[in-house]
Amino acid sequence: MTSLRQKHRRETLRNLVFLSPWLIGVSVFFVYPLVSTIYFSFMKYDGFRPPTWIGLQNWQYVFTSYPFFWPALRNTLWLVVVMVTLRVLFGLGIGLLITKVKTGAGLFRTAFYLPYLAPPVAATMAFAFLLNPGTGPVNSILGSIGLPQPGWFNDPSWSKPALTMLALWGIGDLMVIFMASLLDVPKEQYEAASLDGAGAWQRFRFVTLPNISPIVLFAVVTGVIQTMQYYTQPLVAGKVASGVIGGAGQQFEPGYPDKSTLTLPQLVYHLGFQRFDTGGASVIALVLFALAMVFTAFLLRSMSERSAV
Amino acid sequence: MHSFTRAVIGTAAVALLATACTGTSTAPQADDDATKDVSITFWHGWSAPSEVAAITGGVKAFEAKHPNIHVKVVGNINDDKIKQALRAGGANAPDVVSSFTTDNVGSFCSSSVFADLQPFLDKSGIDLDKTFPKPLQDYTQYQGKRCTLPLLNDAYGLYYNKNAFQAAGISAPPKTLSEFGAVAKKLTKVKGDSYSQLGFMPTFHGYESTATHFAALWNPTYFTPDGKSNLAKDPAFASMLKWQKGLVEQLGGYARLEKYRATFGDEFGAKNPFHTGQVAMTMDGEWRLGMARDAGVKFEIGVAPFPVPDDQADSYGKGYLSGTIIGIAGTSQKQNAAWELVKFMTTDTDAVVDFANAIHNVPSTLEAIKSPKLTADEDFKVFLGIAQHPKSNTTPASPNGGAYQLTLQDFGYAHEAGKVPDLKAGLAKTDAQIDKDLAQAK
Repeated sequence: MTSLRQKHRRETLRNLVFLSPWLIGVSVFFVYPLVSTIYFSFMKYDGFRPPTWIGLQNWQYVFTSYPFFWPALRNTLWLVVVMVTLRVLFGLGIGLLITKVKTGAGLFRTAFYLPYLAPPVAATMAFAFLLNPGTGPVNSILGSIGLPQPGWFNDPSWSKPALTMLALWGIGDLMVIFMASLLDVPKEQYEAASLDGAGAWQRFRFVTLPNISPIVLFAVVTGVIQTMQYYTQPLVAGKVASGVIGGAGQQFEPGYPDKSTLTLPQLVYHLGFQRFDTGGASVIALVLFALAMVFTAFLLRSMSERSAV
Repeated sequence: MHSFTRAVIGTAAVALLATACTGTSTAPQADDDATKDVSITFWHGWSAPSEVAAITGGVKAFEAKHPNIHVKVVGNINDDKIKQALRAGGANAPDVVSSFTTDNVGSFCSSSVFADLQPFLDKSGIDLDKTFPKPLQDYTQYQGKRCTLPLLNDAYGLYYNKNAFQAAGISAPPKTLSEFGAVAKKLTKVKGDSYSQLGFMPTFHGYESTATHFAALWNPTYFTPDGKSNLAKDPAFASMLKWQKGLVEQLGGYARLEKYRATFGDEFGAKNPFHTGQVAMTMDGEWRLGMARDAGVKFEIGVAPFPVPDDQADSYGKGYLSGTIIGIAGTSQKQNAAWELVKFMTTDTDAVVDFANAIHNVPSTLEAIKSPKLTADEDFKVFLGIAQHPKSNTTPASPNGGAYQLTLQDFGYAHEAGKVPDLKAGLAKTDAQIDKDLAQAK
């Protein structure tokens, strides 16, 4: 009995030793920051003086008084729904097209993948230049063929569509993943479907889609998480389009124009690292975390329910 | 690594540090011996080669006077970097720090991230009133706590295109805002739904034409004595907003002006709209003179104080003031040595004059402004005059940096775009927002 218990203990210990790199990693980089963020969300803390307990004041401030929170939440949700959907559809569409190309496939794959390699700041500045409402070539072309010329990054109703266009331009990563999964679909299934008289849409609906659905789920979940962390592009686009660099006596308006490019990650930085308000920043970080968890759980659950059917 | 991931890891690091240091974050005592051999680190924000050369020259002059103090100079530093470094402290953190953003003095002082300079000033027998102009003393302290000193000054005035004035038959720069409006209109040339020349860009995104810079013309009081926001009660703000919106309408309307603004080059680049002739007048700081000349503008530049409200015509000559500030890191273990550098750079007349000459800024001490060594042509003297005008003013320090200015500015954007039906009620709401932000910061 004793030796059995000892053997069990040894086994547990061995398992723990093998698990330790993961356990240490999760504790240091996930559990500790999460617990600290929860802790600081109830504290007044500027990073210099000792933190003091203030209960729900940070939560109350963020939800009821911080003027950037609700616009940023709305924008983030808009981007999650519209940008992620379009990115997945566009990535899949390009992937499908490229797998059908017989000649010059390499050239097309390179052409669609290359923009993904552009650094986000450079890509955003290039888009801000192209979409400049007064001097940009895009509006010049639109004007020359008699089409309306939007204000793009300078117009609150066009700034998020402009960001979405930028995201679609850099679709290379998704395109490669979809392409690999599409090439993996067994050819026999297409042949069988064709013999049964299935058309192009039916082959896509009943052969391609079921085969690549785990990849679609992966693309959606990672897309949602990436969009929840969307920071660089809206910040750079807003800053460049506003023209305000932020010198003495100048304040940069986050989310230019009219808070339309504000995202929650920008607020974490704005509150935590510019206003010294670690408590408020922690509240927003927790909101982001909760949203990401809810979206991911919902997607995984709906997918597993569909698989069960 | 994604920026946000970095921010989260940074937050975690701060959290770790904070938990480890809770209760021990008071500033160290200044007990280092500044006569012994010591190395200190000085962070500044200048990045242009001529500016870097100027500051290096100043530091060399200091080292020549204090051979035992060696200064490691690190440039191109902004306030975000300063805050992170001073939060973390450590061997690579700076001892002396300068910043372009006077708005952050409130947060620097109230959080003790910068050391209290009063004991050092007392030790060196420096009388602030005899050394610095009053507005500069104001924007370098917060609620009586002096944690920074002025390192050069910025004064804002009116730049105008003399050739455009001549072509329009205007003989002298306007002195009142009603004259200014008429001149701006006369200088404006409409081309289709845009302009071939705009008299003045009045929108709040028009670079230096910010709400706070305009408001300075009315000598506003941003806060009540008990620290509450005062925008609705002080008529200065409503007057400024009404005047600005009126000018927007007079010059073609918000939508047309904003579309034209999108064609402007960088504010600090050669294609600044004043350089290119896209606007005939602009509000800007004294540095524009050197920048415009360096850009090789093809017209004669005129400078003058910015016009004042008609009912305050006797205060013509005033303007908005700001500048660079310098202080000692609260975490520094070499504060006495650091003070020697701060004292030299801020109060040594020759050092201040040399630096001002090198980067075309207004000197920050009373003696330096009068120094015969100051290179000041007639145009530059205009800015020296603004800097010394008794009614020139600045924006006050607040514990959350320039958050109140951002809130006023946001309101200004809404107002100029015609989204504010009731100006008084809107200002009262803006006051309430500023008060909530201040309560959160205190």
